[in-house]
Amino acid sequence: MEADTMQAVAPIEIAQAREVPLSAAGREAVFETRGLSASYGKALAVANVDLSIYRNLVTAIIGPSGCGKSTFLRSLNRMNDLIPSAKVEGEVLYHGQNIYGDGVDPVEVRRRIGMVFQKPNPFPKSIYDNVAWGLRVLGMKDDLDGRVERALTQAALWDEVRDRLKKSAFGLSGGQQQRLCLARAIAVEPDVVLLDEPASALDPIATSKIEDLMHELKNEYTLVIVTHNMQQAARVADMTAFFTLERTESGGHGVLVEYDETPKIFTQPADKRTEGYVTGRFG
Amino acid sequence: MSARVNAVTSTPALPSRRRIGDRLGDVFLHVLTGAAAAAAVALLIAIGWKIFDIAHPAISKFGLAFITHQGWDAIHNRFGALDLIWGTALTSVLALLIAAPVSIAIGLYLSELAPRGARTVIASLVELLAAIPSVVLGLWGILVLGPFVGTQLGPWLHRHLGFIPLFDGTPQNAGILVAVLVLTIMVVPITSSICRELFLGVPTELEEGALALGATRWEMVRGVILPYTRAGVSAAVILGFGRAIGEAIAVSLVIGAGHGIHRSLFATGDTLASKLANEYQGAATNIQIASLVYLAAILLVISLLVNLAAQVIVRRFAHQRTGGS
Amino acid sequence: MAVDAGRYSLTPNPRTRRRKLVNVLMQGLATLAALAAVAVLAIVIISVAQRGASALSWDFFTKTAATFGQGGGGVANALVGSFVIVALATAMAVPLGILVALYVSEFAPPRIADLVRLVLDILNGLPSIIIGIFVFGLLVIGSGQAGWKGSFALAIIMLPLVARATQEVLALVPSSLREGALALGASRWRTVLGVVLPTSLGGILTGTVLAVARAAGETAPLLFTTSIAANAVTWDPRQPVLSIPYDIFVLSESPDPADHARAWALGLVLISFVLATSLTARLLLVRYRKKLEG
Repeated sequence: MEADTMQAVAPIEIAQAREVPLSAAGREAVFETRGLSASYGKALAVANVDLSIYRNLVTAIIGPSGCGKSTFLRSLNRMNDLIPSAKVEGEVLYHGQNIYGDGVDPVEVRRRIGMVFQKPNPFPKSIYDNVAWGLRVLGMKDDLDGRVERALTQAALWDEVRDRLKKSAFGLSGGQQQRLCLARAIAVEPDVVLLDEPASALDPIATSKIEDLMHELKNEYTLVIVTHNMQQAARVADMTAFFTLERTESGGHGVLVEYDETPKIFTQPADKRTEGYVTGRFG
Repeated sequence: MSARVNAVTSTPALPSRRRIGDRLGDVFLHVLTGAAAAAAVALLIAIGWKIFDIAHPAISKFGLAFITHQGWDAIHNRFGALDLIWGTALTSVLALLIAAPVSIAIGLYLSELAPRGARTVIASLVELLAAIPSVVLGLWGILVLGPFVGTQLGPWLHRHLGFIPLFDGTPQNAGILVAVLVLTIMVVPITSSICRELFLGVPTELEEGALALGATRWEMVRGVILPYTRAGVSAAVILGFGRAIGEAIAVSLVIGAGHGIHRSLFATGDTLASKLANEYQGAATNIQIASLVYLAAILLVISLLVNLAAQVIVRRFAHQRTGGS
Repeated sequence: MAVDAGRYSLTPNPRTRRRKLVNVLMQGLATLAALAAVAVLAIVIISVAQRGASALSWDFFTKTAATFGQGGGGVANALVGSFVIVALATAMAVPLGILVALYVSEFAPPRIADLVRLVLDILNGLPSIIIGIFVFGLLVIGSGQAGWKGSFALAIIMLPLVARATQEVLALVPSSLREGALALGASRWRTVLGVVLPTSLGGILTGTVLAVARAAGETAPLLFTTSIAANAVTWDPRQPVLSIPYDIFVLSESPDPADHARAWALGLVLISFVLATSLTARLLLVRYRKKLEG
């Protein structure tokens, strides 16, 4: 690319990335969406998304607010089913099966595709029970103590809570609560973990810990993260999808603009809109 | 400039320019409303005092043994509250045993299950049940439910479950069982409305957190909603219990004014409140009246304790939750 | 990629099927409970309507009870009596309730406000028969029964209801409204009477209507205060006055089926009144809320 374009995207320092992002080449597609559109009642939230999520990678969804990132994410584990007016069209293929197909049980879907939410939402139970609850419900009761310890260790929380497992989860700080929610999600051995702006309610140090975790976790899980912070995406993600708001007479809806390996999105975006966003010219 | 400096350094008193009437008005309103509030507090105290005052002759004559004495003998003026306390406890506890799970179920239905459009309609219908005056329920109880229990439900229960002492004896058109059913009908609407509001108040993110793990709706209810609302539901049940023990009219119409302590639900009986309603007008001697009001005093104390228990639970656990998070 | 049906299968396995079964079962039970409640409501209302409708007639509303053994007659005295008693009770309870609520919400220091609220809650939870005995001891002993004494007992029951409803509505009045008036230099009492109260009138009305519905159906407080009444229509509250609930109470215990018929009819009238007022209150509340939230 011409020198001045390189100059224009310099504000995003790819050098901040902790490791070299991995590529999608040769990897299995865990998700493949075909023509995915989601609406709430009459209002279309996101339209016609064709996107593949690859195994053991961190995929980031970025874009300005209101462009349907969270809606898209929640379509991947059928959490939108909980909202009465929500409707989904198109297909979401999980290892080849459409999760919206007949005969598919949303409970099974959510067992395999876990989620961490924007605001930490630990149960009003002890730290131990927060992690153990899901295990008990799903029948993974063998070696409960061991499973809880493993999950908390993977979430880099074990050392901090090992002496107070029976204390209430509400006694933890925000960052610790969020890692607890992460532990609880991975304890049930999902295939994929979806993270909806997991650090937006946290301070920088807690955020940094979560980001470090993601690098470890992707070895075992496939991660999809929605973030409004593009530096975070640049630091953490292997693949990045950029969504934007397409204005129509009836308001607007989100569309997928570009999806590629992270370095490419941030240094050589193919679409002008992507370029505009990552260089901070808008949004 | 200097004027402004003056204003900062010295604070001149702003002369009150308001008319006397205006200022008096403020004081007057404050005093008037304060007096009203004081009157309300005085009223409560007066109620307690007066009841014990009227009961005094019986309290001084029988003492606390009144509470443990069984038998109500108007001819020899030997009175005891034990039968009535038993009747009150039995009918109210049984009614709550049925009403509590039913109310929780209805509360869950209205907050989680019912189709959106039907929610307010069904909730309103359940609340309408609470609006039915107790005397009308008593009327229905004595003329419709009673005969049904006496001729259909009672014999059925006796036939199939007669080996249990509770269903021993001859089914009648009036008695403990009918009273229990009527009390249940009165308690359920109150308790279920409170439960419904409690369940609606559980934060959505907590529910979503459970469902996102792959739990079913019922597992989410059992693991998150019910523990979260534990205190409020307990308070609601206790409030329902308070309602049940105090119900005089409907119970007096259907319980049959029986004596003694029996195990069978088919027996007739009496409660503290229903005894008062039945016998008060026919009370002949002063000591009988005083004894009846002694019953009222016992009922008052129990009712206050129950009410206070509910208030304490609500206040303590509300504090705990906000303190913890 | 080939579908690894075993490992990533999204169709239910035996364990999940069992969990789903439990889920469906629980949902069924909850639905059953709700349906049972609605069914009971329907049964009671239909019972009353069916049996009561046959006794309704013009005579029913205009005549008083016939002498024992003769047919005909009506319940005019009970209808008038209830009207008088409840109207008087409302006149007693509403001003006092509003004043108490004003104190708690505008003037009282927090601890005292809590205390008064607790007292109101306790008053609300007291069995109504105890209130009847209280008023009997306070007013009737020595001087006899009277309609207004029954009203007094009903007013005690209505007080917490009116006070709480008024309080809730006063709390809804935006503080910006109060501050706007005070900032103009208006005195406290002008602000309260001229701005805060008028804004709250809708809610106060609703609370009053609900309290009236409750009072109209109460029997226990009237048992000892206004029950021995003459068989004539009287508008004078200084006499003991017959009331609808008490009449139902007495008639339902009578062995005479004609009395039962009258009791059902009275019950129908009472239920109709109570349900109509409850619905009105609900509609008022909805409309009022909308107006307040703009």
